[in-house]
Amino acid sequence: MATEAQGAEGGGLVFHPMDQFIVKPLFGGTDVGMFTITNATLWMFLAVLAVIALMVLGTSRRAIVPSRTQSIGELAYGFVYKMVEDVAGKDALSFFPYIMTLFMFIVFANFLGLIPMSFTTTSHFAVTVVLALLVFFTVTIVGFVKNGSKFLGLFWVASAPLALRPVLAIIEVISYFVRPVSHSIRLAGNLMAGHAVIKVFAGFAAIAVVSPISVVAITAMYGLEILVSFIQAYVFTILTCVYLKDALHPSH
Amino acid sequence: MEGQLAHIGAGLAAIGSGAAAIGVGNVAGNFLAGALRNPSAAPGQTATLFIGIAFAEALGIFSFLVALLLMFAV
Repeated sequence: MATEAQGAEGGGLVFHPMDQFIVKPLFGGTDVGMFTITNATLWMFLAVLAVIALMVLGTSRRAIVPSRTQSIGELAYGFVYKMVEDVAGKDALSFFPYIMTLFMFIVFANFLGLIPMSFTTTSHFAVTVVLALLVFFTVTIVGFVKNGSKFLGLFWVASAPLALRPVLAIIEVISYFVRPVSHSIRLAGNLMAGHAVIKVFAGFAAIAVVSPISVVAITAMYGLEILVSFIQAYVFTILTCVYLKDALHPSH
Repeated sequence: MEGQLAHIGAGLAAIGSGAAAIGVGNVAGNFLAGALRNPSAAPGQTATLFIGIAFAEALGIFSFLVALLLMFAV
């Protein structure tokens, strides 16, 4: 039944909206193994390359009147630096390089994914879950190293009435372990949904009667997606800062 | 039959996105109402705004995930 429904969908639209997320090997074959070079590998590599190009080339010839590349690099640096300082506090600045790396990688992966015919690496849960789990383990380990057993005070709300505290502790523990889930799925889900919506409208563009409307809709959605790409990278980074603040100052 | 039920379930899960939209609208609307009363304090609270929006949105994204699981994994 399910396959029939899929077939009917495929008959309505020229292509399936989720086709763009298929991971394919670049150099022939169809098997995707642990070390196969796929389109996901390529676009992740391009994102890293773009970050390096912006930050290294931009700051290699430092001028008092900055070039465009230099000022973009400086803006990004200042933006993330201020975010870490404001949200996580001054003592979290030793984690600034990590957070800067996260932000730049996600921003570039998101924006490269907006190029037509490209592949959005951050729309895959496998990618974002790795990023979120890294943050989760970093934060947990930092919390225990810096505060020892006092880190568990994060789950024991001292300001609440005594009778309520065990209940709150259970809720706090659950919410702590759901963090990497929501952290990763927010990013991947937003991007995947946005790109799928664009593809759905692109499918309608083949029908002559509605094609002008769908072209306008694609343009509007594309504009929204540029905004979403940036905001989701920002949200991912700022939540990392919030989690880091919890780890450094666990008292409620 | 089961596949069709899964599709109905996916459609029902999409109601969650609407609920998340209400939540996000609440956060943004209340922020705007507060920001217009005291515009000078607003820029310092944009980070809080985005954190609030992110938390409200998370549950809508969960429902989207449930829909995806029903469509492609069940």
